[in-house]
Amino acid sequence: MTEPAVVTEGIARRFGDYWAVDGVDLHIDSGEIYGFLGPNGAGKSTLVRMLCTLMRPTRGRGIVAGHDVARHPERVRLRIGVALQDAALDDKQTGRELLDLQGRLYGLRRHERSARLAQVMRLVDIGTAIDRQIRTYSGGMKRRLDLAAALIHDPDILFLDEPTTGLDPESRAAVWDEVRLLNEQHGTTIFLTTQYLEEADELADRVGIISRGRLVAEGTPEELKRTVGTDVIVARVETLTDATLAALRALPGVDDVVAGRDEIMVHAGDGAAAMSPVALALHAAGAAVVSLTLRTPTLDDVFLQMTGSHLQADETDSARAGVHPDDAADGPPAGGTGASASEEARAR
Amino acid sequence: MTTTAVPRTDRRVEARPAGFVVDVASVARRAIRQIPREPEAVVPALIVPIFFYVLNIGALSTVTHAAAHIDFKAFELPVAVVFAVTGVSRASALVTDIQNGYFDRLMITPVRRLPLLLGLMTADLTLVMALAVPVLLVGLALGVHFVTGVAGMVVFIILSGLWGLVFTGLPYAIALKTGSPGAVNASFVLFFPITFLSTTFVPKAELQGWLRAVANVNPMTYILEGLRSLVSNDITGGAPGPVWNATELGEALLAVAAFGAVSLSLALLALRGRVRRR
Repeated sequence: MTEPAVVTEGIARRFGDYWAVDGVDLHIDSGEIYGFLGPNGAGKSTLVRMLCTLMRPTRGRGIVAGHDVARHPERVRLRIGVALQDAALDDKQTGRELLDLQGRLYGLRRHERSARLAQVMRLVDIGTAIDRQIRTYSGGMKRRLDLAAALIHDPDILFLDEPTTGLDPESRAAVWDEVRLLNEQHGTTIFLTTQYLEEADELADRVGIISRGRLVAEGTPEELKRTVGTDVIVARVETLTDATLAALRALPGVDDVVAGRDEIMVHAGDGAAAMSPVALALHAAGAAVVSLTLRTPTLDDVFLQMTGSHLQADETDSARAGVHPDDAADGPPAGGTGASASEEARAR
Repeated sequence: MTTTAVPRTDRRVEARPAGFVVDVASVARRAIRQIPREPEAVVPALIVPIFFYVLNIGALSTVTHAAAHIDFKAFELPVAVVFAVTGVSRASALVTDIQNGYFDRLMITPVRRLPLLLGLMTADLTLVMALAVPVLLVGLALGVHFVTGVAGMVVFIILSGLWGLVFTGLPYAIALKTGSPGAVNASFVLFFPITFLSTTFVPKAELQGWLRAVANVNPMTYILEGLRSLVSNDITGGAPGPVWNATELGEALLAVAAFGAVSLSLALLALRGRVRRR
């Protein structure tokens, strides 16, 4: 399995005058978990729909599992599994019937279908609900069944379009576990889109950040965060003097020191290395330390730097104008916004 | 939430195109399975024609007999069957699939595109023939006698089924073209001119003026005549013929074929538009 799983060259898609995806180049190796991170309407779903043969690129090329998505969609379809946004299921079938039909359409024989059914059922943990009609399922169960349906034919590449949008934290964690398991044990390549920083950070080997149809940054989460620059040591102290600040500024490895009302932010290229000197300097200066924390940049910092706006629009600027975005920006909102009904993609 | 490790030694399966026939059968299986799960869609299709059949016989039998000297029970049985089989389709279910994204899920599989429609039509044919049977039984219970016997009854069911099948082309065309449940429901209005501007209540000889002109070009007229010829030649508009009236049956089949050529072409065009990757 040395062929790349997904390659795109300037792939683009236009709706009327609007370029939903505007020339994206990707190279994703087999066995990777690739996270495609971006806000609603950035073009994530449109890109996925092109790669899984539902929609033709207006320009450029997409090669999935070695086959051109425009020229040989039927070959691509045999190798990929897809769970689209908003689990697409038929309420009036039972879970078992849906999976069985899915298996039939992939040409699996009876014994293959029953073997695979047993396997995916263990993976997605649906239990006895498998024989109930899907309309009785919870949101999390639907999403897991959808994942099972995407896996029934043992695909090499799995596309997951916002797999956890709208899920509660427990279901989200379950989906993450399943994705990791698939990747580790089966070597399944996984292409997932998400609007959650934490999801991309936790799951993905590499992350691509998309904004307005363009890939604005790409790399491992660590690499990306490093591009924003330095770590920050945040020291909360009871007494803050100029002498303390001067002492901190004099430390080797410290790039900058910014004083707030009762806290000091120490920017350092290598925060971990600067931690001890900073602590010692504070002690020496007699500043009573309330707390001392090391914070690394988040993917939201990366997004902010690349696009000038925060990823999650509902937690933005006014609240902390001019302040470096803090940890609160990280992680999905507990209830899930679920706002991303569907991008322009399903229009018409 | 537990997840059990899947052993590495799992034998891998290989996805392959299932083949045209398997594709049709798979889609049809699912569609047929759904029918008893939505009885609200089937029960009216059975009750309405039987209701009108009994009502029409009660109300019009004497008048018609006096005017045209025909057995109205026998004359109206084909109408009742046509009412039962016309407009019954999986088009609404198809629209639901399109709207909730399940149709996209099917499109991502290697299934061929034509079976997505043919599978549904197979289910429709099965259902409408099943609907025709109880209507036929009501007719028999009321004393209708088939001159062509049991074989004639089988042909009666098949011919009605084929008509029901070709009619589905229209709702499917609308479903695939618009993806709108409202539009599909509205397609029911097509039922009225086609079924009523014909020899629905009155023999051809008694039709007057414009209605006669319209009925002459309405395929329904030939289908009703063909069905009636299986019951008795006395109630068809044509000349007295043999027990098996090849002319009437041939015209009925031709009418079904002609209607089907148009309606199924529209449905296939709409399918092509729907599955074309835009």
